[in-house]
Amino acid sequence: MPSLPRLVTPLVLTSLLLTASSTVAETPEEKGHALAARSDRSDRGFTDSVVELEMILRNARGRESRRQLTVTTLEVADESLGDKSLIVFQSPADIEGTALLSHAKITEPDDQWLFLPALKRVKRISSVNKSGPFVGSEFAFEDFTALELEKYDYKWLREEKCGELTCDVVERYPRYEHSGYTRQLSWIDQTAFQVRKVEFHDRKDSLLKTLTLSDYRDYDGAWRSHRLSMVNHLTGKSTDLVYSDYRFKTGLGDADFVKTVLTRLR
Amino acid sequence: MSVARTSLLAGALLGLLLATPASAVRFEVSGTAGAELRLFTGAPLLPGQDAEPQPSLSFQPELRWSSENRRHRFTVVPFFRWDGRDPERTHADLREAWWRWSGKRGSLLIGWNKVFWGVTESRHLIDVINQDDALEDVDREDKLGQPMIELSTDHRWGNLSLYLLPGHRRLAFPGRSGRLRLPVPIVGRDVHESSAGSEHVDAAVRWSHYLGEVDLGVSWFHGHSREPRLLPAPGGLTPRYDLIHQLGIDLQLTKGAWLWKLETLVREGHGRTFTATVAGFERSFYQAVGRGGDIGLLVELLHDDRDATAPPTAFQRDVFVGTRLAFNDTQDTSILLGVIQDLEGSGRTVFVEGERRFGQHGKLELEGRFFGGLAADDPAAVFAADDFVTLRWSLFW
Repeated sequence: MPSLPRLVTPLVLTSLLLTASSTVAETPEEKGHALAARSDRSDRGFTDSVVELEMILRNARGRESRRQLTVTTLEVADESLGDKSLIVFQSPADIEGTALLSHAKITEPDDQWLFLPALKRVKRISSVNKSGPFVGSEFAFEDFTALELEKYDYKWLREEKCGELTCDVVERYPRYEHSGYTRQLSWIDQTAFQVRKVEFHDRKDSLLKTLTLSDYRDYDGAWRSHRLSMVNHLTGKSTDLVYSDYRFKTGLGDADFVKTVLTRLR
Repeated sequence: MSVARTSLLAGALLGLLLATPASAVRFEVSGTAGAELRLFTGAPLLPGQDAEPQPSLSFQPELRWSSENRRHRFTVVPFFRWDGRDPERTHADLREAWWRWSGKRGSLLIGWNKVFWGVTESRHLIDVINQDDALEDVDREDKLGQPMIELSTDHRWGNLSLYLLPGHRRLAFPGRSGRLRLPVPIVGRDVHESSAGSEHVDAAVRWSHYLGEVDLGVSWFHGHSREPRLLPAPGGLTPRYDLIHQLGIDLQLTKGAWLWKLETLVREGHGRTFTATVAGFERSFYQAVGRGGDIGLLVELLHDDRDATAPPTAFQRDVFVGTRLAFNDTQDTSILLGVIQDLEGSGRTVFVEGERRFGQHGKLELEGRFFGGLAADDPAAVFAADDFVTLRWSLFW
């Protein structure tokens, strides 16, 4: 989809949604965006969330290493702005207490600060390394940060079976700079409107990674997958993200995501 | 700090903890134990110095309590070092022992703690709250715990932190058998400018804020300098701590893969008022090595116009050039290589720091520091024969 002026986007989207089921001629781009928007909105309305995350990293020989993190997210309702998030490492023990605060933007680089507990130092870091691996995993920073609707342009390709369900296959193209991908293929089911699978094509447009999302649960209308499995086809390595103990609407606000909060986490 | 005041503070902290209902308290223990071997490449120059490799052990447990709603926290982190060669380097310190209340827009902390200010890498110029633990290393990144009352409040216009710092921590020096020491012994009792001596209550204020690509801080400190002047005394040198005023500014501009950094200060109180500045950049080249490894290039210019009326510094006109390799592997392997070159003389310090995690609990670190081309009047010249490599194995739990 050609880049929409940001401010009018919500209006345009509303009209798209209203016409989505009608027979008015809809371009594949419009249909792709509408499907992605419906899926994105079924994840939203959570206000804030706190969740425990275990990352299981496997190398090509199947050897595992694990990391435990607590992820706190503040939803910013305006779709032209990104969410705020705080990631605190619980393990491995040598990086316990290390924390990453992100103020996500849509197409601009995010604002990010890292807290290093040994020195008690807060360091503003560059966030342009979108395609770099997140803590040695098969997830890039751009895969890990919240999926913001307007970060991509979309195109609907086809409809096909995906396991028990029927999915729309929507291609999306990063609109932000420094992405490691030319395009991503996403499978969005037609029942709960959730993303079930994503194929990532690198800058040379070859299939690099496949992400499978499973164990979806509905928290009062906010849907969350509890297991995300990323397989790297180039290296044979994989990373699973296993989420547990989701808590929503815990009463967090902007004040809980300012830079100085990093020094008060423990 | 007097024993009476120390006990009073500790008693108050314990009282606060006990006042919290036991059922609502979370308790966590973690910590680090390390074994290290420091190898010197050359024979010692000074009488009494040990020529053998220097083995040592460290232990730092961390005890953390927090109330159910995490508004109240209580933390105790003692630190112990046993050194096989230098009895003076065998030491203990209370790195942290504090109670903190955190609200929606601020916090109040009472006790011993560490506070870091600044943005640059080669020299932590404006970072003044904590005394160096100079026995640990010469890189000035290890700090002693500082008794403090800290009130930190967040506003729309940034964070304002106020500090009262009762009790001055003295700089410790290695013993006669230790390496990396001064050629002349430290003798006599420390001299403090204030008639209250080390009991003088220092004070500091810091405002910091961020807006878009800019992170800015302005700080002010009044109290006994963390750096002593060393005055001639019968049989050696005696440290004297002057009362100083210090105004500091730290600024970082984050533009894509470039971090532009500035720290600058003006300090009054030693003798002639002086200014000092560290300015430079850190440029990252992402995924430039191997699969996903990053290279960082660091360049900083150091300037310090203090004269002989102030404590000596090795950074009068220097340039720092370094490179950081982060492999972004599951073991978080990284290497930092740097050189600080004196622009007025020929002195230089080359250093290398490497680390890699092993398993879920171990970490291996290698550090090397090499001093070269030092003129006799360079404050770093005392380390001329003390090039060293440290190998450290740490266990985290």
